[in-house]
Amino acid sequence: MAAQTRRDFFKTSALLGTAISGISNKQIKAQSKNILSENRMGVLVDTTACIGCRKCEWACKTAHNLPTLPVEEYDDRTVFKKMRRPDDKALTVVNEYQNSTKFPINVKVQCMHCDQPACVSACIVGAFTKKENSSVIWDTNKCIGCRYCMVACPFQIPAFEYEEALKPDIKKCDFCFDLTKKGKIPACVEICPVEAITYGRREDLIKAAREKIKNYPTRYVNHIYGEYEVGGTSWMYISSKDFLQLAFPKLGRDPAPGVSEAIQHGIFAYFVPPIALYALLGGVMWLNKNRKKTESETEI
Amino acid sequence: MENFRSAPIEKKFFTPIVLLLIVLAINGMIFLLGRFLFGIGAVTNLDNQYPWGIWIGIDVAAGVALAAGGFTTAALGHIMYKEQYHAIIRPALLTAMLGYTFVAISVMIDLGRYYYIWHPLIMWNGTSVLFEVGMCVMIYLFVLYIEFLPIVTERFIGRVSFPGFLKKLNRPVDKLLRVLDRTLDKTMFIFIIAGVVLSCLHQSSLGTLMVIAGPKIHPLWQTPILPLLFLLSAISVGLPMVIFESLITSRSFGLKPEINILSNLGNMVGPLLFIYLAFKIGDMVIRKTFVYLTELNSASVLFTLEIMIGIIIPLRMFLSRQVVNSPLGLFTAAFFVIVGVLMNRINYFLVAYTPPYQFQTYFPSFGEISVTVGFIAIEILLFRKMVMIFPIVSLPETGSQKTKYFIRGKSQ
Repeated sequence: MAAQTRRDFFKTSALLGTAISGISNKQIKAQSKNILSENRMGVLVDTTACIGCRKCEWACKTAHNLPTLPVEEYDDRTVFKKMRRPDDKALTVVNEYQNSTKFPINVKVQCMHCDQPACVSACIVGAFTKKENSSVIWDTNKCIGCRYCMVACPFQIPAFEYEEALKPDIKKCDFCFDLTKKGKIPACVEICPVEAITYGRREDLIKAAREKIKNYPTRYVNHIYGEYEVGGTSWMYISSKDFLQLAFPKLGRDPAPGVSEAIQHGIFAYFVPPIALYALLGGVMWLNKNRKKTESETEI
Repeated sequence: MENFRSAPIEKKFFTPIVLLLIVLAINGMIFLLGRFLFGIGAVTNLDNQYPWGIWIGIDVAAGVALAAGGFTTAALGHIMYKEQYHAIIRPALLTAMLGYTFVAISVMIDLGRYYYIWHPLIMWNGTSVLFEVGMCVMIYLFVLYIEFLPIVTERFIGRVSFPGFLKKLNRPVDKLLRVLDRTLDKTMFIFIIAGVVLSCLHQSSLGTLMVIAGPKIHPLWQTPILPLLFLLSAISVGLPMVIFESLITSRSFGLKPEINILSNLGNMVGPLLFIYLAFKIGDMVIRKTFVYLTELNSASVLFTLEIMIGIIIPLRMFLSRQVVNSPLGLFTAAFFVIVGVLMNRINYFLVAYTPPYQFQTYFPSFGEISVTVGFIAIEILLFRKMVMIFPIVSLPETGSQKTKYFIRGKSQ
């Protein structure tokens, strides 16, 4: 397996090590946090520039070997009549929303590649990983198909192959990890004819987005969607319209896995609570049994 | 004083109800076959908006809660060491064992790649609530089987008789059973305590499961104290489940209900329900979620019903002396608690779950319901068969011999 890098190996051994030495999950959590690199990449989507040509949809399918119509068919704008969502057959889709001006607003939808992804935290076997360059990718060799990632994802992104009987996959945008790890740019970014989507260091993109909003205050609302949502995402959007009207979910700034991990680590802090409970129950059992024994002895 | 001794029940297996259950079981298995041949999408109404349906909400979540009788009676009988309850430990243990077995099977059929169910054993993810639940349930299932072993040894020691050429094995197997019996006798307390600890852990973590879904879960249910609420509700449904199943068993086999024991159990349910109710209401007041009850929608209606049917009505019933002393009263009150917890699990996993992009709402397909009903039918059939094979149900005994319970030999 090519994707199994040296770092992965170290991570696995470190995980095993912590498990063996009985160190709490807190450190495992801290480890996954450290993966966030200063130079992690991101994409800025300028919805005011997108023309809804859907070339990104075609490029995405081509890059991921998914069956696709010929590229000319993607000029068909009737698909915009109803809202579409990414699924197991299309990892990204573009939707259209009407606007007060004569130009509609087009919004590309795909995995947001959260900085603290719910899917990575939730996955029962750790099939999801957050890579250093921001990609959140899925490992087919681990996945058991429980679909907890789909329950956890705040953006409703992972899709499951429900019609597949033998080996269903979880399908979602992988940020073209196979391309980006070789220094190339994602397929959708590369094909975009109007540069509505920009690939770059996340920090630089935020600066650029702020600049744009400052320079064109009438063109944009003062909000970079994804800068702080669920603790920050790699894909970020700027728009002329409030994001809730463009069907973006309303989310707070706390990372999606925050509360559940806090509870989890509270219950399992250094395995103390379970062991304490065990000891307590053992003590109670011993006392009660002894009491019973003395009672029956006195009876005799 | 009347004594009870566990013994296999000698009655005929087939009755009209048994035949009905067999039909339901076969129906379920046909749809289950469809799931394995054509995929989850072919049999269920699940989609990318609703990844989990009743196979998780009812079979797994409610199944785990309703099997709580196993650890509550173990705690009561063995850890608190109340000998009078030993008569109900074995039926509760059998229910728990069958219940958890089917929880595991239900998880497995719901997995897209069911043949990878062993992956969590070697691929760990400490941050995953599901991982913790999965591991605890797996270990607990193992513990339950061990707790059940003394019943097997008790049944077969000195009675091993294989037919035909296997006869040679009779003596070694008997010897093995005796060694097993002696070893378990000395070590059983380890497993009993482990069973209670593991139950507390995964019963509560089952509540943490949907916390990560955040705003997808309706605020009436989504609270950080969910693990506590789940644990409290599991503890308070454990004894009603034992009462319920004990009364049904007596009825079905024409035995006299052990009403004294059951009444004593019933007296404990009231306070437990009260604690659960206090936390449930307290949480609602502190988070000010009662504002959602003023809206009229399925969430508010079902939440109110869940509290009324599942907590308030049975709480009142269990506090009444008349109810607790009559089999019918006990049965009804216990039934309310069970329905309440079942509703709570369905509400939390299915009703409260609203995906951000919803194109149609989820309602289980005929196939999904068939499989769930089929599994319940098989569980009941197995329970019936097992109490006929193994010494599980306590029958009144005229002699003065002391009750024999799991720690055999310990009772002089």
